[in-house]
Amino acid sequence: MKSSFPRNRKIRDARDGYAFISLWLIGFFALTLIPLLFSFYLSFTDYDLLTPPVWTGLNNFITMFTKDPRYWKSVFATLYYAVAAVPLRLIVALAIALVLNTNRKGVAVYRALYYAPSIVGSSVAVSVMWRQYFGTEGIFNALLNMLGIPSNISWTGDPRFAIWTLILLAAWQFGSPMLVFLSGLKQIPSELYESASIDGASGIKKFFKITLPLLSPVILFNLIMQMINGFIVFTPALIITNGQPLDTTNFYALYLYKRGFENFQMGYASGMAWILLVVISVFSIFIFKTSSRWVFYETERGR
Amino acid sequence: MAHAASPLRKKTQTFLFHFLVGASAFLMIYPILWLAASSFKPAEEIWTRVLSLIPQNPTFKNYINGWQGFGGLTFGTFFKNSIIISGLETLFVIISSTIISYGFARISFPGKGLWFSCMLATTMLPDQIKIIPQYIFFGYLGWINTFLPLLVPKLFGEAFFIFMLMQFIRGIPKELDEAAEIDGCGRMYTFTHILLPLLKPPMFTAAIFSFYWSWGDFFKPLIYLNNPKLYTLSVALRSFADPGGMTDWGAIFAMSFLSLVPVLVLFVCFQRYLTEGIASTGLKG
Repeated sequence: MKSSFPRNRKIRDARDGYAFISLWLIGFFALTLIPLLFSFYLSFTDYDLLTPPVWTGLNNFITMFTKDPRYWKSVFATLYYAVAAVPLRLIVALAIALVLNTNRKGVAVYRALYYAPSIVGSSVAVSVMWRQYFGTEGIFNALLNMLGIPSNISWTGDPRFAIWTLILLAAWQFGSPMLVFLSGLKQIPSELYESASIDGASGIKKFFKITLPLLSPVILFNLIMQMINGFIVFTPALIITNGQPLDTTNFYALYLYKRGFENFQMGYASGMAWILLVVISVFSIFIFKTSSRWVFYETERGR
Repeated sequence: MAHAASPLRKKTQTFLFHFLVGASAFLMIYPILWLAASSFKPAEEIWTRVLSLIPQNPTFKNYINGWQGFGGLTFGTFFKNSIIISGLETLFVIISSTIISYGFARISFPGKGLWFSCMLATTMLPDQIKIIPQYIFFGYLGWINTFLPLLVPKLFGEAFFIFMLMQFIRGIPKELDEAAEIDGCGRMYTFTHILLPLLKPPMFTAAIFSFYWSWGDFFKPLIYLNNPKLYTLSVALRSFADPGGMTDWGAIFAMSFLSLVPVLVLFVCFQRYLTEGIASTGLKG
């Protein structure tokens, strides 16, 4: 009796465990794993949804890398966007978090106000109005004129500036990294700052020697998540610029969408999606692997 | 030294803090205020007094004109579609994620580690990679131009909410479950009668997040809904503000702002749930 009891329990646990996660398992196989494999297969075919897929071997990838200048243009536009927008957003988020990390009255209101753009920022509505801000008659030009700088160009229509209107929109939504940094800052023991003050450390020194090292895991996490989000930016590029002018904002996800759902080149689009997946995986792994060099984990200090 | 600062200096510091932080906060929300203000401006005022936040001759005309929509469909249809989809998506994803999170958080079974890693990995998967095969699959089932491709996947849980709920369940003392088990309660009973009542707060937070994401979702409705009758607000707004089409900017701003109102109201009412949810899980907002 005694020896069979744990065995029964184990069997019962296995049965219950799988029963509870069964919904997720079904979804994982039907909506993630099998689609992933199917998409891998499709990337070696030509498929227009109407006629059966035709096996073309590596043709899609060869076209992508050697015969499609728009592909490379979209890759560079996306990298440019992510490399500019993500650090900008994180720096602003950290700066505001440092300022708001006090016990003064009204901080909760400010926090909400700074967060508000992130609540609406990715919506179609905001993209629609962003297009108008930077239009010929938009508030950006009005502002410049008020400051004595005459300007009547369409910022979203100029190949030199269009991408920056999108970067600015991304930087404007620094709310969630700001909140994450704020909660990270709250966890830093105040004794550290106090003893540093006694030792005569300046505010800047305290920031670089205490705040930044202790916050680095949080910064790392945000860097990865935001980079990945940057690689798949879609809505603003479609609504504000539709990839124009001269493909300067034809970001990867937008180009993939156009190939797949406007030209019905499902094979080519699947190939593009797989390259995206590989790049995102490499980025994530690279950042995780190198993180030990510059990330300071508090638990390691205790050992 | 900070402690020795005179009251006057302290007051000046406080004033400077509020002045600078307040002014930049105003700049931050200026675009949203501008949208709201412009939606109440008569057509001739929108571009002539661009920077102003106070309409000289406020009017509701933009809302009346905008509500007419396009193609014989009013914005009432699009609001209804958005409410149905966001409501059902939220309901489905919260129920399924709660059940799944209990299995992962409380029961030890063979293979759990593997499945858990798989779930972790799925959070890194971009939508773009699944959308093509899923589109083909749902097309095969005849589900294009129905709400089903948006709703059905929510029945299988979402990693973000599963993690969020798991974190909360781990904070509940395990003795509570064990005591119930000793009393002869089955797993299902323990889950529904012991844990579920305690899980209400995180489920509520998750529901707010889910509703808010569904409401703003654009990519999937754009792909699966091609019939204007089925458009959600985000897809309808895109057609409504088509650069090649109409240029009644007042009406466009009015409908844009109206589409943001539910989200802004949600934010004002449940600001604490949202900000704490983001701070504790550290995920996108």
